[in-house]
Amino acid sequence: MTDEKKREVVIPGEVLAKGMEFLPGYGTHRVEEEIRASLLGLKDMKGSVVKVIPLKGTYIPKRGDKVIGEVVEVSHNSWSIDIKAPLNANLGIADATRSYIENGEDLSRYYRVGDYVYAEVISVGKDGFSRLRMKDRMFKRLDVGMIIEINPVKVPRVIGKRGSMVKLLKDETSTSLIIGQNGLVWIKGDTRQSELLAKKAIKYVEEKAHLTGLTDAMQEKIGEWKK
Amino acid sequence: MTKTNKSLRPDGRKEDEMRKISMEVGVIPNANGSAKFKIGKTIAIAGVYGPRELHPRRLRLADTGLLRCNYDLMSFSVSDRKRPGPGRRDKELSLVSSNALTSVVFLDKYDMQVIDVFIQIPQADAGTRCAGICAASLALADAGIPMRGMAGSISVGAIGKTVVVDLTKEEEDWAEGATDVPLTYCPKTGTITHLQLDGEITKKDLFKAIDMGVKSAEELVEMQEKVLKEKYDGGALK
Repeated sequence: MTDEKKREVVIPGEVLAKGMEFLPGYGTHRVEEEIRASLLGLKDMKGSVVKVIPLKGTYIPKRGDKVIGEVVEVSHNSWSIDIKAPLNANLGIADATRSYIENGEDLSRYYRVGDYVYAEVISVGKDGFSRLRMKDRMFKRLDVGMIIEINPVKVPRVIGKRGSMVKLLKDETSTSLIIGQNGLVWIKGDTRQSELLAKKAIKYVEEKAHLTGLTDAMQEKIGEWKK
Repeated sequence: MTKTNKSLRPDGRKEDEMRKISMEVGVIPNANGSAKFKIGKTIAIAGVYGPRELHPRRLRLADTGLLRCNYDLMSFSVSDRKRPGPGRRDKELSLVSSNALTSVVFLDKYDMQVIDVFIQIPQADAGTRCAGICAASLALADAGIPMRGMAGSISVGAIGKTVVVDLTKEEEDWAEGATDVPLTYCPKTGTITHLQLDGEITKKDLFKAIDMGVKSAEELVEMQEKVLKEKYDGGALK
């Protein structure tokens, strides 16, 4: 992300590279010798691997993703969680909490409809149906603070290189942030002002995600807004 | 009729000249992707939603996704008020649009799911299915759906013995009867994904019509690519 060059916008079907020495990565497909884009996005070439960074898209769950979701249904042995994917995810009773749940207990004691939770995707079936896990210290119900939604393809940009952007946002706005891979972000600050500042900053990053040198620009912008 | 130039068409266009075209991407904030396509007086707006869960369940396909188009000619879009809701014609054109676009979209990653495309025609002056498919092609790319390439769609027709491209309503209603050949072409795969014929035409004229349609579709795709690139390049400079 540090290179000064602006990345080229490519259109589905556009030829990205020619020759068998190149390998098609994410968002591309091969037609005989040529590697063509399948997505509208930014061309990214690393070594011999050609890929397209999407500019828009729906979240598709992947094993190991840490996501934020809203509880939409409580059954007798599981919760159904809306993680902004094509299908709702399932949080089973065995993976839901570190404490022991009695047989026949009312599950809404733990998570109710409307609660937001931070969880990990443990498996994705062939039909796109995913299961979640919360059996770890880091996963919890998100009680206070606010939830905002951003485009899931912009999430890597909000996190930054090795978390540089998220660290900057946390320090500058003095808030705690949890960023779900699915594009939901939880913001918790000491004051409402700091939460709103963080929200503004994250929305700014989302909007300018295709630009380079964003972390530096962000620092300046936040300083400006703080005044 | 008394026009001095060699054009026989009421609006003075050349035989292979399309009407004035304008396109816009991202017109519906709530959709995953959307586009507006205007050709002459015909306007089409397409919104893409999904991939998402497919209902009713019986339509689910085990090994691939489904691209479902919904074509709707609005009741005020034509001079004689059209009865609202999907009629025989709307259902057919929904299916035609789906079939035209299914082969340019990669659906294999979306097993059991659906990508919904809603096409609305707020103003009609012939060539609405083609305008709808063009808008849908833009909207699909805007929604981040993987595609083999963009698709251009245009109606070619024969007025009397002359083959012309992009007929207007006035030309279609010509007294001696006009032939209508709508087609969709994807230049990147080199395939005609949709071809219809309404009326009578000689074999020679049909081939001529297809050649003209393919050429116009290529122009349309070039315009689509330009619009999509501009949308994001413009933002990058800010």
